[in-house]
Amino acid sequence: MTEMGSTKSVRSHRDCFAQLAIYCAALLVCAAFAWILSDIARGGMAHLSLDFIIDSPREAGRAGGIGPILISSALVLAIALIAALPLGWTTAAVLAEYVSADSAFGGAIRYSLQVLAAVPSIVFGLFGNAFFSIYLGMGFSILSGGLTLACMLLPILVSTAESGLRAIPDAYRLSAAALGMSRTSTLFRLLLPIAAPSLAAGLLLGIGRAIAETAALLFTSGYVDRTPGSLLDSGRTLAVHIFDLSMNVPGGDAAAYASALVLITALLLINMIAMRLAAGWRRRKIMSQNSNGYSDTDAPRV
Amino acid sequence: MHHESKPTPIEPAKAVDDPLKEAENGYTLGPMQAGPACCDPQPMIQVENFSLHYGVKAALANVTLDIYRGCITALIGPSGCGKTSFLSSINRLTDLIPGCKVSGRICIDGSDIHDPARDVQTLRRQIGMVFQKPTPFPLSIYRNIELPLHEHGVKCRADTAAVIEQVLRDVGLWDEVHDRLHSSALSLSGGQQQRLCIARALALNPRILLMDEPCSALDPIASGIVEDLISRLRGRYTIVIVTHNLAQARRIANYAAFFWVRGQAGRLVEFGHCRQIFESPAHELTAAYVNGARG
Repeated sequence: MTEMGSTKSVRSHRDCFAQLAIYCAALLVCAAFAWILSDIARGGMAHLSLDFIIDSPREAGRAGGIGPILISSALVLAIALIAALPLGWTTAAVLAEYVSADSAFGGAIRYSLQVLAAVPSIVFGLFGNAFFSIYLGMGFSILSGGLTLACMLLPILVSTAESGLRAIPDAYRLSAAALGMSRTSTLFRLLLPIAAPSLAAGLLLGIGRAIAETAALLFTSGYVDRTPGSLLDSGRTLAVHIFDLSMNVPGGDAAAYASALVLITALLLINMIAMRLAAGWRRRKIMSQNSNGYSDTDAPRV
Repeated sequence: MHHESKPTPIEPAKAVDDPLKEAENGYTLGPMQAGPACCDPQPMIQVENFSLHYGVKAALANVTLDIYRGCITALIGPSGCGKTSFLSSINRLTDLIPGCKVSGRICIDGSDIHDPARDVQTLRRQIGMVFQKPTPFPLSIYRNIELPLHEHGVKCRADTAAVIEQVLRDVGLWDEVHDRLHSSALSLSGGQQQRLCIARALALNPRILLMDEPCSALDPIASGIVEDLISRLRGRYTIVIVTHNLAQARRIANYAAFFWVRGQAGRLVEFGHCRQIFESPAHELTAAYVNGARG
């Protein structure tokens, strides 16, 4: 009797401890996030103003604003997306629609993308410097930075678009074929529109990754903090600016904090939009499954 | 054996100046074009010694039968006896299945559907297909029918709208949905979705309709509505329907083909008038199946 009682109490103690540990871990994660956010907000709020967002940096960024840096960031992002979107989505369409799931070709592409996704960004930076800047002669420029980023975005874009396309029930493909629709028009007029929410979600995840990138851009788009005159000019992105202010510029902390606040706000906004799109996409998926499951859950109307 | 020199030309269905517009029940099925009544059977689909393999596994072996113009032919038999495979061979949907191989001949109006010169998209346009589960695209009701019409070159807005109204009337859906054509097709009930799929197939003005258990996923009332609709299509289209519902086959079909698995592959056991298959089957397996003793 006593023995049983003691095992029971040991068991319940162990249970209690496990629960406590789990809650602590979750709390720790939230605390880390809140701490970073509050630290940046506290440090950056004072320095943040409309002028800061518009003005050019002065005294190596200690004074002035981040206007040209925002422009460079937008340009680098635009180049990256223009290069990566068609390539990534086409690859996804090939993987999902034209190559059977277990073929060697598809496997090779998927394996390459997995490896690409795992490569550290500094390695992308070195590759971009060697290939785009030096070998192709683009120098330190917005163009070579954007193209380097494009390589980094490919895995995200391909995997989100591919899973979006694969989530579409085969019944649609069969119906389209039975209506005499060609594969190409089935893809463009039916499947891609259906997968649009997941394409959009992947796009936003990619944007989030791209505007937060530093290491890959240090050696490719460079440091110059003037407004770029052309795509072959060097331009400093927001993340690089923050890195430079906090590492190389004594007295640049306040500006670094304010820039970080701008960056984090942009990232949070993009993440929120991405989450919302992904949720909408899931809802749609469930809806279409219900309709194929021929249940009349949403109010029968015969 | 009747061979028509040239198949009926396929044009988009016209609703506007159709003389039959005000015909019986207010339905506008368009002029009879599929052929004579069933008392004068003319073979439209001729199947000779047709076999189908998935990889090394035979699904159908040596099927030979004629499917008559304008009639409803029911394919009956237990699950896994190759009825659906046979059905999707007629519009070559089996081409999409990796490892699927066919041999033998299927001729429609005398021309072989496996002829390399034959354009499979045109073939499928002439053969409508309705699946077991309703498969409306997750688009609007209107767009569901517009999309295949566009694909086949009906681009003019007025033409498209006319065809869409006509086919929706033909399936008895117009009055139910005319005020929400641009809302999602997924908001329709199961029975409405299935009728929309039939309308979508009819919009391309096919000569043949293939139906793979079109009622089995529906509740009894919706099933009844779709069944009546299929009966009304008789004479205008050559209909091949797979069904597990023997009572339904008996009610709507002119001819019945009974399939059974023998020697690991589906085979055609008996083909004949529906009445004969159900009332005086020649084969003992057929008798056992239609009387509920087997299968």
